[in-house]
Amino acid sequence: MIHLPVVKAADRKFEADPDKAPKEDLREELFQLEKEGELEVIRVPDNYIELKTKYGRIKKIPVEKTWHHKSCGQCGHIPGYSTSIFWLNRQFGLDYYDPTDQTSCTAWNYYASATSNPEAQAAVAIRNFAAAHEVGYYPLIHCGTSFGHYKEVRHALVHQHELRRKVRKIMERLGKKLVVPEEIVHYSEWVLAMKDRIAERQVIDMSHITATVHPACHYHKLIEEDAIYDSEIYGAQRTAIVTGTLKALGINVGDYSTWFDCCGFGFRHILVSRDFSRSFSVQRKIEVMKEEVDPDIVVTHDTGCVTTLDQSQFAGRAHNKKVGIPVMSDSQIAALAMGAHPYKVLQLHWHNTDNKPFLTKLGLDVDKLWSEFQAEVDLIKAGKKEYMTWEDADK
Amino acid sequence: MMALDLSQNKHADVSYEEKERLFEEVKADERWHHVLYGCYECGICVASCPSARFYDFSPRVIAQAVAREDVDLIYTLMNDSIWDCSQCFSCDRCPRQNSPGQIITIMREVAVRNGLQTAKDALEGYGRIIYKIMSTGSQVSPDMLQPNAFPDWGTHVHEIAENLEEWRRALPPETLHTTETGWKVDQKTIIELYLIWHMTGVMELIEGVDEGLFMILVDVMEERLEEAGYDDVTFD
Repeated sequence: MIHLPVVKAADRKFEADPDKAPKEDLREELFQLEKEGELEVIRVPDNYIELKTKYGRIKKIPVEKTWHHKSCGQCGHIPGYSTSIFWLNRQFGLDYYDPTDQTSCTAWNYYASATSNPEAQAAVAIRNFAAAHEVGYYPLIHCGTSFGHYKEVRHALVHQHELRRKVRKIMERLGKKLVVPEEIVHYSEWVLAMKDRIAERQVIDMSHITATVHPACHYHKLIEEDAIYDSEIYGAQRTAIVTGTLKALGINVGDYSTWFDCCGFGFRHILVSRDFSRSFSVQRKIEVMKEEVDPDIVVTHDTGCVTTLDQSQFAGRAHNKKVGIPVMSDSQIAALAMGAHPYKVLQLHWHNTDNKPFLTKLGLDVDKLWSEFQAEVDLIKAGKKEYMTWEDADK
Repeated sequence: MMALDLSQNKHADVSYEEKERLFEEVKADERWHHVLYGCYECGICVASCPSARFYDFSPRVIAQAVAREDVDLIYTLMNDSIWDCSQCFSCDRCPRQNSPGQIITIMREVAVRNGLQTAKDALEGYGRIIYKIMSTGSQVSPDMLQPNAFPDWGTHVHEIAENLEEWRRALPPETLHTTETGWKVDQKTIIELYLIWHMTGVMELIEGVDEGLFMILVDVMEERLEEAGYDDVTFD
């Protein structure tokens, strides 16, 4: 018998060597183009945290001076998502900017209908980046698709001289410069970078909670070399995003066999062919999670994923499917762990699948919390208050 | 499962030269040389594809058809399969470095640019979304959460629609009190967006797939542009 030295998979560690990365470091080319006068690079502000990407390169994640590139889907349909991101910034006393000089990336429409073209898409991106740069803040992208799309745009601008020329001309007409961020940063990378500070201020024990994670396709499949990886999370064989944050909060993260699958969003499908989105989401994601892990919660980090995984369960229930797992973003879970109000801050009444059992399991008095929120709404309805403020949210 | 119709009866047939012309447009895209390198026929793209599980759709067929330059099949796919793709880019796992999803992005653009009837059909019902994104810069908005638009999302959509105004005011960030857009957007920002649409020819694409929608959008945009002092900007 031949004895081969067998290394147990669990004992193996894959340390990525950036010098052996199979893909270019786009940042080097960006700085070269800047030297040649082709564009201007927006630098990450001084206060940043370093994380590692897929091939072991360092990515700088700004802690503050962040310009929040909001998501149309989050702000429109699940507004507690972005509210939680802002709440976290406020809790840490960080300097951030919530702009009104911002459009969406318009990429949802581009992927859905193709009624756009690369120069329009690039011009929309650069217009937003320029707006951030003009007020001295650094873009932090809330949406997974905006993040992936902007990485694609940056890649195209670096490699396509003609596209740069066209976009520069458009920016000149708008009175703006062609500016490109040194790093394209997703908010969930910021949450991950802040995980230890969040855990230090955790007031709700989550060690008895089991979660499943759904990673957003456009986060880790588009320009995959720019996603965050960590040898301590999945042995660096999958992105560490969200999972790393949850583990820092003491949450047990359960694995399941369709982890890599998309959520079923489909861009066009979620709006006009929802039979596909519902079926895929329920049958390939929620039911598999339920059967293999039976988690208390699904945590993800993108607009479309929260929407599809959450909303699709209503129809699944009508068909006696194994559904009934609440869905939230990592920003909402992080805020909840730090004591944010489930309705005033997390705004969970905009979500569909019943999340009361989850909140109750955390020891929260759901009825009392809801009545606190309802009291604020009653004041607004009675004309005694125009808006609920941040101070009201923390009462 | 819906079957992929290869009989070519589903859409208007055109001459071989016309099919070749459309394919040449696909190949002329600057991205073309970064999305197709060949095909091992390994099927990894199909295994990871969500649309392949629920439609008779295959990213491998797309990659192979364009690699072989089979213009008849490419024309058939351009009139059918490309609209099944989820654009998730799971197929970027391809060991040959192909991106069937991005090949489809380019094919969709060509289909829209040439006003193919099947593109119009695929986007039927999508017009209100195009209107929203083009006119406001926001893809979806709170006031789109109406029971008749999302009947399969259950009774909570009724509750949101009934309480929309107050629930939006009960959001702490000051930018989120809006109902017609996801957040408060400056007038200047919208004008800059319209100028981008104007300079990049995007409105011509919309005219090609929905002339009625195009006319409504032009009215809205030209009025706001004129108010902002851009009398010379027209979409004709």
